[in-house]
Amino acid sequence: MSLVFTLASRNLFQDRLRFVASLIGIVLSVVLVMVQMGLYFGFGRMITTMIDHVSTDLWIVSNGVKCFEDLSLLQTGMQKRLLAIDGVAEVVPVVVGFSAWSLPDGAMTPVFVVGSDIAAGGLSPWNVVEGTVQSLTVPGTVAVDRSYYDRLGVSGIGATSRIRGQRVTVGAVTDGIRSFTTTPYVFTNLGSAQSYIGLPASFTSHFLVRLKTKADVEVVRQNILSNISGIQALTPDQFREQSRSFWLFGTGAGAALLAGVLLSAIVGTAIVAQTLFSSTKDHLYEFATLRAIGASNGYIYKVIVCQAVLSAVIGFAIAALIGTAVVHFTAKSALQIVIPPNLMIELFFATVVMCIVSAFAAILRVIRVEPAIVLTR
Amino acid sequence: MTEPIIEAVNVSKILGTGPARVQALNDVSLSLGSGKLTILMGPSGSGKTTLLSILGCMLAPTAGTVRICGTSISGARPQELAKIRRQHIGFVFQSYHLFSTLTAAENVQLALDVRGEQGHQAIAKTEEVLASVGLTSKMASFPGQLSGGEQQRVAIARAIVAEPSAILADEPTAALDSANGRVTMAILSKIAKERDRAVLVVTHDPRLFEFADRILYIEDGSLTHEELTDPKSTEAQQKS
Repeated sequence: MSLVFTLASRNLFQDRLRFVASLIGIVLSVVLVMVQMGLYFGFGRMITTMIDHVSTDLWIVSNGVKCFEDLSLLQTGMQKRLLAIDGVAEVVPVVVGFSAWSLPDGAMTPVFVVGSDIAAGGLSPWNVVEGTVQSLTVPGTVAVDRSYYDRLGVSGIGATSRIRGQRVTVGAVTDGIRSFTTTPYVFTNLGSAQSYIGLPASFTSHFLVRLKTKADVEVVRQNILSNISGIQALTPDQFREQSRSFWLFGTGAGAALLAGVLLSAIVGTAIVAQTLFSSTKDHLYEFATLRAIGASNGYIYKVIVCQAVLSAVIGFAIAALIGTAVVHFTAKSALQIVIPPNLMIELFFATVVMCIVSAFAAILRVIRVEPAIVLTR
Repeated sequence: MTEPIIEAVNVSKILGTGPARVQALNDVSLSLGSGKLTILMGPSGSGKTTLLSILGCMLAPTAGTVRICGTSISGARPQELAKIRRQHIGFVFQSYHLFSTLTAAENVQLALDVRGEQGHQAIAKTEEVLASVGLTSKMASFPGQLSGGEQQRVAIARAIVAEPSAILADEPTAALDSANGRVTMAILSKIAKERDRAVLVVTHDPRLFEFADRILYIEDGSLTHEELTDPKSTEAQQKS
């Protein structure tokens, strides 16, 4: 085996204090990048959670709607026109909107009502841990998430309250359906939802369109758009992308997270570069000796890059452990940090690249070393 | 007549520019053949180290020609000079310049590693040269655990392990006491004779003359004269 690794690792570990300082820099940088990317992914996942949890081929929403929560008004009569289009098998209305939930002390708190025809396969709650989804077909029955018990002043199945002055009973309880807007979701049937948000029965917010077998989604989508004006017909992927784009970039939240990622990476690169440069400077006569005994530039680069990669691997391993702990502790929080396995792999390679980029300054310093300096000391 | 290992013809070297400009070497010509230990003698600032740097392909001459094993290094780029050093020259430095984080064996093996020689054969060669300088028991020691004399012997082993044609030693005994200095010179002399290498030792210590086959004197950047020593008298001196 080549001595490159031996030389690189021993040079690196020789000054433990400097190595620890370098590791702290890498770990801080990687954890920051990881957390911000995790927030970005968690945010993205929460934004599209409703779209992700319903099976449909197309979403029909009003023109100008940018996300699931946006105000969308469609006449219920459009359902028949949609059904008349070739290839459409089923059209299910969905009503969404903000309303006010009465607390036991008389105060009010905002809720986001989601209502649809449960029996027709509308947008119904998932992860139901108490009660049943079918109970929502009974007027005045709602499903809430148990993480919002305190916010809503309820304690489980059978609890009662009022939405917009109308009596409601909790008939189902879910686990983990949290809103990134922090406003609790309240699921119910279509009629109750219209009533809670003050929407006339002749209006709905969205339509779910399911197609006949073998129908081409794009063809049907174009047919819908050419037959009905003032609407958008979006595939789930398009609606997801539109929602993410609005919340992450339209509001600047995602851009801020990505800017944080970039800054963290720059800080990490600078710290590692400084450490490698200072280590290289301390071992300058050794590098000059290597040159004097005939080592090629490639051999010397390998030693420095090997130091950088070693720092990256050790730093990333520690950061990954911290990242995993952060993911675990935020699993039940309002804004989850989501680090999918492929993000972890990508971050590992990004860390290696960051450390190799950091080695450039050290390499540039070594290139300028004259081997003859070993004869002057 | 055999071709010289290192040959310098009318070599001059100017260091610095403007008011700091110094004529470090002036029209120096010499040749070093295999099987001989040559001493380059001169006072401080006479140009010994500059000449060694040029003969060792670390510095380019301002004028003149240097040939290593028949190949001219004129106009060679740094990477080509590194290749010539790798193939033909071994160095022994005054301050040893061993790698403090590597063991004696690893320091020696490094000279093979930079030449792409690894594995069992490299280890065997390393053990053989360390044994030849009497350091079999110190192979696993780090430089900090070795005496100055032992460190210099490791440096010599590193210089010879790749079997270069020439060994260039810069004041190899300057940091050693007299006994260790003599041991070091005896090893270098043995390398010249038994391994048939061209060995050039830069020094200003006249006590080392007994090990030389030839002594070159340099002053103010010019070779002033040379002496050929009597091998018989040297042998007699060594025995006494």
